[in-house]
Amino acid sequence: MFAPVVKVQQWFETACGGAGYTLELLLKAAGRMVLLGRKRREAVDQLALCTLGSLPVVFITALFTGMIVSLQTGQVLRDFGQENSLGYIVTLGMCREMGPVFTCLALAGLVGSTYAAEIGTMKVSEEVDALEVMSIDPVYYLVMPRLLALGIAAVALTIYANVIGIIGGALVARANFDVDLEIFFKNGRDALKMKDVYGGLIKSFLFGTTIASVACAQGLRADGGPAGVGRATLHSVVISFMLILVFDYLLTWLIW
Amino acid sequence: MNAIVETVEPTAGTETADADINYRPMLAGAAVEIADLTKRFGSRVVLDGVNLSVLKGETMCVIGGSGAGKSVALKCIIGLIKPDKGCVKINGADITTSRNGELENARRKIGFCFQGSALLNSLSVFENVALPLREHEKLNEDEVRNRVQEKLALVGLGDAGEKLPSEISGGMKKRVGLARAIIRNPEIILYDEPTAGLDPVMGTAINDLILDMQKKLGVTSILVTHDMSSTFRVSNRIAMLVKGKIVKLGTPAEFRASDDPMVKQFIYGESEGPLTRPST
Repeated sequence: MFAPVVKVQQWFETACGGAGYTLELLLKAAGRMVLLGRKRREAVDQLALCTLGSLPVVFITALFTGMIVSLQTGQVLRDFGQENSLGYIVTLGMCREMGPVFTCLALAGLVGSTYAAEIGTMKVSEEVDALEVMSIDPVYYLVMPRLLALGIAAVALTIYANVIGIIGGALVARANFDVDLEIFFKNGRDALKMKDVYGGLIKSFLFGTTIASVACAQGLRADGGPAGVGRATLHSVVISFMLILVFDYLLTWLIW
Repeated sequence: MNAIVETVEPTAGTETADADINYRPMLAGAAVEIADLTKRFGSRVVLDGVNLSVLKGETMCVIGGSGAGKSVALKCIIGLIKPDKGCVKINGADITTSRNGELENARRKIGFCFQGSALLNSLSVFENVALPLREHEKLNEDEVRNRVQEKLALVGLGDAGEKLPSEISGGMKKRVGLARAIIRNPEIILYDEPTAGLDPVMGTAINDLILDMQKKLGVTSILVTHDMSSTFRVSNRIAMLVKGKIVKLGTPAEFRASDDPMVKQFIYGESEGPLTRPST
């Protein structure tokens, strides 16, 4: 009779343990940033991998996000003769929400899963133990460069996604609702405040560091061979997805 | 039976039928001391109050069946696993209750050879061996190259520096692991199943390297293994671990001469005996 209660208790304990470990890892990695100079080459390599490798997926994601927002919103606005407001909505929507969220959801799948798999494989093959035995802190060697790289990559890719998404929305507005492109972009520029830009980029940076922390934590806790690496990868993506959505709500409430 | 051996002074120049090594006169004093070491995983007791003292300059083999606790004991010595009870001392310094800095000091004196070599797959052989130097010592590139080449030559892999771990054999990986373990000239080397998975020829080559390390570098070595030919070839003393306890400690000659049924069953590889009899 109590078996489901025990299972929930065990799941809750595991979840809290994992959350605590991830937070501790994030704080340790942040503390190791003072040693960034010694790992700058690795950080740059990771940044290049995150950014360049994600460009095609972020392009498609952002383009169709902007197009869908424009298409759906335009149909409603047309009923009120307000199609020309599409510029406001698409621009604000991309910069405040769609750009950061969809970009980072893509990064969680693309890069977060790679980090979890890579570090998880190192963990199960004792490479992480080898680092410890050589007195090389795995947080400094593995986590810190990835944390910084993904935080910066998330910001850069969000800017890229915002531009692509707005252009996609503009093309749909022009094609489907006869909105003049000049009016679209002018309305978008008028609507955009600095807070909308930096608020979205703050979200991106926090989402990026969250993805890296979760992925590295899952990798470092992997055990049980290839199956354990698979579980770590899956958990990394799922947890990152959920945290992005939860943090998005909290940050939106805080910033706006 | 667990015993702390205070000192052992084997007769200098003694030769045994087991190995073609002479016992080297050993320095008094323990390099590694384990006292009352206990470790549980869940309800399973893996180490149950182990006491062992390994003297400076000696080669100690810890033997036992699968699941006896050998690798766990080795990882407790290097600090990868924290014991539930007991202590580990490296050159007199207790590392089990020490802060991180003291553990790091102890690790500087220890090289560890993993069973699977644990080479970093993203780095070349050269970079794997150079890694501890790059992270801990202020050497220029020429000094790093010279030190790495010296150690790679010592293990017979002077030409393999540019290869990746995925491009070399298991035996070569073991040797690269050994080169990496000795790159900072440690006082103590720990080996986790150094000949596991190797063919007899390569196994002998690894054994010869282990003997070389003792002769040329004067290191203290602790090997965890269930390879008896390797054990008799390289060890000065042997400790047998059964169900988390040391049941016999002695020289290779004492092991061969032992009437203990557990020892005889293990060293001769007999399928029936107290080790395989179901416990009542």
